[in-house]
Amino acid sequence: MGGYGLYVWGSYVVTFMCIAGEILLISNRRRTLEKQYSHIEDLDNNETKNETTS
Amino acid sequence: MAINWFKYSSPASFYLLAGKMVPVFVFISVMLLIVGLYVGFFVAPTDFQQGEAYRIIFIHVPAAWMSMFLYVVMAFWAGIGLAFNTRLSSMFATAIAPTGAMFTFIALWTGALWGKPMWGTWWVWDARLTSELILFFLYIGFMSLQAAIDDPRRADKAGAIIALVGVINIPIIYFSVQWWNTLHQGASVSLNQAPAMATTMLTGMLIMVLASWMYSIAVILKRARVIILERESHTAWVAELHKKGAI
Repeated sequence: MGGYGLYVWGSYVVTFMCIAGEILLISNRRRTLEKQYSHIEDLDNNETKNETTS
Repeated sequence: MAINWFKYSSPASFYLLAGKMVPVFVFISVMLLIVGLYVGFFVAPTDFQQGEAYRIIFIHVPAAWMSMFLYVVMAFWAGIGLAFNTRLSSMFATAIAPTGAMFTFIALWTGALWGKPMWGTWWVWDARLTSELILFFLYIGFMSLQAAIDDPRRADKAGAIIALVGVINIPIIYFSVQWWNTLHQGASVSLNQAPAMATTMLTGMLIMVLASWMYSIAVILKRARVIILERESHTAWVAELHKKGAI
């Protein structure tokens, strides 16, 4: 890069790290939400089971 | 046949539509990115003044344009949400902010890495750089203000105010290179005069602008869907989707 490698690759590497980070954050947010949702659903199922047995 | 313009203003129908659109925009942005980087690194020539350092332009300019454009779009949807009390509009503004902040950071970061070899400094309190930094603070302010308020609807309204007030900063950024005597160069590309760039350089840059636009749409739609799920988790349609495993 004609002696400018640090600056050029420093720009591109940080940019693609930001993009990868953003995509990961959204995926994590969705996974957390789905876990919460499954947990709520399990609680509901247990409740209905307790009602039928008692 | 009457067109129902408001069909996709309901979170449920928008959620499904956005789900179909995300893969399309991901594919387009990846293709444009590959072509843009190829043109940028293998077709565009070395600059007679800046040598290879100018290749930062293929990220710096798209990021700067996107940072301004996304703020205007964010303010638009926040304003619509405020005026018409439409939840989805405000959710969409909330979904845009992180991507806008990221592009603003990238514009500042790549600008500093380009400025050091060319201007001899990482940073200077130049009108263009300073107003872009203020834009970054506006994005951060919008996100932290919304995070600080528990009730989403109140957070939407508060966020909308800061977004709308901050819009004035966008023309200031754009015209700063004309209004003030700035170290930052003037517009190389404008609508009313021939571009001051070699064709292949301009082509590479514009392809990268399109790639970042497509990327933004894909990521913002993806985030908007998660925000919709978060806010609508108590509704029957989300329960239905979850039961079908189609979340």
